[in-house]
Amino acid sequence: MSAPKLVQGYEVVIGFETHAQLSTESKIFSRAPTAFGAEPNTQACAVDLALPGTLPVMNRGAVERAIRLGLTIGSTIAPRSIFARKNYFYPDLPKGYQISQFEIPVVQGGEVSFFLGDEKKSVRLVRAHLEEDAGKSLHEDFIGQSGIDLNRAGTPLLEIVTEPDIRSSEEAVAYAKELHKIVTWIGICDGNMQEGSFRCDANVSVRKPGQPLGTRREIKNLNSFKFMQQAIDFEVRWQIEQIEDGHAIQQATVLFDPDTGETRSMRTKEDAADYRYFPDPDLPPLVIEPAWIERVRGELPELPRAMAARFVADYGLPEYDATTLTQSKAMAAYFEAVAQACKQPKLASNWIMGEVSRRLNARELAIELAPVSAAQLAALITRIADGTISNNAGKQVFDALWSGEGQDIDALIEAKGLKQMSDSGALEKIIDEVIAANPDNVAQFKAGKDKAFNALVGQVMKASKGKANPQQVNDLLRSKLA
Amino acid sequence: MSELHQLSLTDLAQQLRGKKISATETAQHFLGRMRAHQDLAAFLAVDEEATLAQARAADAALAAGGAGPLAGVPIAHKDIFVTKDFPSTAGSKMLAGYRSPFDATVVRRLAEAGTVTLGKLSCDEFAMGSANESVAVPAVGHGAPAPVRNPWDRSRTPGGSSGGSAAAVAARLAPAASGTDTGGSIRQPAAFCGITGIKPTYGRASRYGMIAYASSLDQAGPMARSAQDCALLLSALCGPDLDRDSTSLDVPAEDFSRSLNDRLDGLRIGIPKEFFGAGLADDVRTAIDAALKEYEKLGARLVEISLPRTELAIPVYYIIAPAEASSNLSRFDGVKFGHRAGQYGDLLDMYKRTRAEGFGDEVKRRIMVGTYVLSHGYYDAYYLQAQKIRRMIADDFQQAFKNCDVVAGPVAPTVAWQLGDKAEDPVAAYLADIYTLSASLAGLPGMSVPCGFGANDMPVGLQLIGNYLQEGKLLNVAHRLQQATDFHLRTPEGY
Repeated sequence: MSAPKLVQGYEVVIGFETHAQLSTESKIFSRAPTAFGAEPNTQACAVDLALPGTLPVMNRGAVERAIRLGLTIGSTIAPRSIFARKNYFYPDLPKGYQISQFEIPVVQGGEVSFFLGDEKKSVRLVRAHLEEDAGKSLHEDFIGQSGIDLNRAGTPLLEIVTEPDIRSSEEAVAYAKELHKIVTWIGICDGNMQEGSFRCDANVSVRKPGQPLGTRREIKNLNSFKFMQQAIDFEVRWQIEQIEDGHAIQQATVLFDPDTGETRSMRTKEDAADYRYFPDPDLPPLVIEPAWIERVRGELPELPRAMAARFVADYGLPEYDATTLTQSKAMAAYFEAVAQACKQPKLASNWIMGEVSRRLNARELAIELAPVSAAQLAALITRIADGTISNNAGKQVFDALWSGEGQDIDALIEAKGLKQMSDSGALEKIIDEVIAANPDNVAQFKAGKDKAFNALVGQVMKASKGKANPQQVNDLLRSKLA
Repeated sequence: MSELHQLSLTDLAQQLRGKKISATETAQHFLGRMRAHQDLAAFLAVDEEATLAQARAADAALAAGGAGPLAGVPIAHKDIFVTKDFPSTAGSKMLAGYRSPFDATVVRRLAEAGTVTLGKLSCDEFAMGSANESVAVPAVGHGAPAPVRNPWDRSRTPGGSSGGSAAAVAARLAPAASGTDTGGSIRQPAAFCGITGIKPTYGRASRYGMIAYASSLDQAGPMARSAQDCALLLSALCGPDLDRDSTSLDVPAEDFSRSLNDRLDGLRIGIPKEFFGAGLADDVRTAIDAALKEYEKLGARLVEISLPRTELAIPVYYIIAPAEASSNLSRFDGVKFGHRAGQYGDLLDMYKRTRAEGFGDEVKRRIMVGTYVLSHGYYDAYYLQAQKIRRMIADDFQQAFKNCDVVAGPVAPTVAWQLGDKAEDPVAAYLADIYTLSASLAGLPGMSVPCGFGANDMPVGLQLIGNYLQEGKLLNVAHRLQQATDFHLRTPEGY
């Protein structure tokens, strides 16, 4: 690992806690549905409301998703884990306690690896534990009162906790993106950050290199990658400023305000509640038999790293391309469809990582919504590869497809007159004319100046209105000038 | 035919099935008795219309054929069970008037077997108490909260927390009642009122719909006049409820009546010497000894055993139960249901006032103890330590069961005491739980069987404790005693 990047002489130390909402149909301890956006309190059953006499019953689907994550990132799946009660009073916490794994979590250890630029990084996980979400307090809609919506109460969460292995805000974002990719890839979380399905808390501290860990402040609920970086950068600057001014950092929980770009303290350690954790007597220990783990292992999809390795081996892609294309399952599937249809994997990769991604990013579209289908892109690449059109002409066709001007590649090439000149007689005629019209360049080329040759190629291309095949022009020109 | 209320539940069920009497007239008869004996303060809720509607449905089922084994049998439920047809208060102001949208599994199972609900029975607030004096809502016919009275001597406690259940059955206001037992709350009131009650193995009866006191200990069971009646009821109310209660045992329901008449020849009855120490009152000792002699006559052999941590059961229980209670009762916060203070400032003030007003002293005491023992810095010393000793107590029983088939001893050190006697001294009341707590902590089935009368002609109960899932054996052992004695048939004067 290279030496960590320092900020004003300080090393930044970050640990992450991510709450991934698990994609089960029903809640973690009840049968009420988990769908987002329903009318308040319509998806909360007696158990979620904590009505007297109700009891929790574990949703095995939530456990299965936790196992999936554990197997994906090389964790230990605890054969026996314990649910505890975290006791505190809050109106949107119906039981007066949250059921959460405390001492013995279901997923222990593991590692998330990713590229930061060209450098491969790894972040170790401490644990991932199952817990239930609370409801929501609505303070805006009721004058002088608060509304409580318990639809979210009991929604299954997996809290994924890292060691303080992260050394910069860029690395933090890269880790979060990688984790986001993993949980969506293996289908345990829909990854929707706006809806709160993937929420990150960052524990940030700074220290002089070689010193013990500094006091951390926890930035809560970072629900976009952009804010994540802004918030951490602000927090790091703020902490360094405090220390430089001679103030000690107080352990605190802070919130990031996207409007001001600042973090501000919500509560300090002195306010920290005593949660009086104890094993929930309503839930026996969660026992996971090896057979269950093996069944889940057998059902896991091909994982990004394995798929990237296969792209290198089977399609001859560089590792960078393979890693980039396996950022999402949909992207990888799109690539494979294009590559297999056009038999030009490297060209397919270039197009997807270049033109396709650029346009998707500009419009913040997921690849599933790309207006150019994999079949269309494959047809386009085929026409470039067989010399029918130039690469530049290909981009014009792609633009036309993207904007919905047409669907059929060959028809578009025809309509736009982009077909390359394949008649070598016509091309030779143009080349002869160009040679005749540019004796200076010819002389310079013969005197050994390569630039002069390029000027001649440009003249030929111009005269052919871009329809000449540049390689063919090159070859013909060289043979004529030889 | 003797009067309806003098019939055993077993006989009553037979007469109903034989259509010698109707469910409706049976219900009316018991409703009449309930009205006539409101001074006992046994009932917290009645709804004659609801009861009679259930009775008419039972009659229709009986007429149509295919009615359940308990069709038309009236039963009353401890107000710890939530019910759709009656309010469910747990004896607390916190839940005064609360209506549950569902029936507890135990209530539902009994109803599916055909029972007709007479009403809801008084109990200590949230089942915390052993004298039924902490009930905080008025009984039917009373303007203010009133302790349940023991039908054998109305100046005495019926025991608790299932005091209403025990008093109602003893006074023949109901042929049977449901109860719950966390540290002795079925066995002790059954003993104090001279009836039969059984707490099954933890997990046998679903806790779904039981308002939780201490989750790892709470267990439902029937209270009736005889072991035979209890067997009928227990067969109906037990069974797996895996979709609703994660601590429910995946053990099929049994017909507990089947082995009632098994002979006791060679049965080894373990007598724990710790149950017969200095704290045991002489009158109780005498009645217990007589019952044990009766067992010897029936062919059983008495074996001295030791349960060395019997005394430790008291501090262990009074750490674990309050710890769980402190958390279980957090949901009563004035936000969603139940009592909310009428006047308050901010949110914290609302919580404080609501809980200060809604909970009684004993409940507050246990919430505070429980909160303390779970607090940071005390958890290891109290809660964790208590859990360790709890496991040792369970191990002691397993050791004992190597040498005996059932354990026998007193249910309580004394007969029922005068109302108010221990009200000002909670520790004295806690100490009286000494013989019932161990079986609760170990999760073992235990029962109370009437075995005589002590001082002031108050009933004495013999406690029988069996190994896990040995309810059938316990009921058999109890039934044989009841074949040889008539203590369970005696009725307090005036009822």
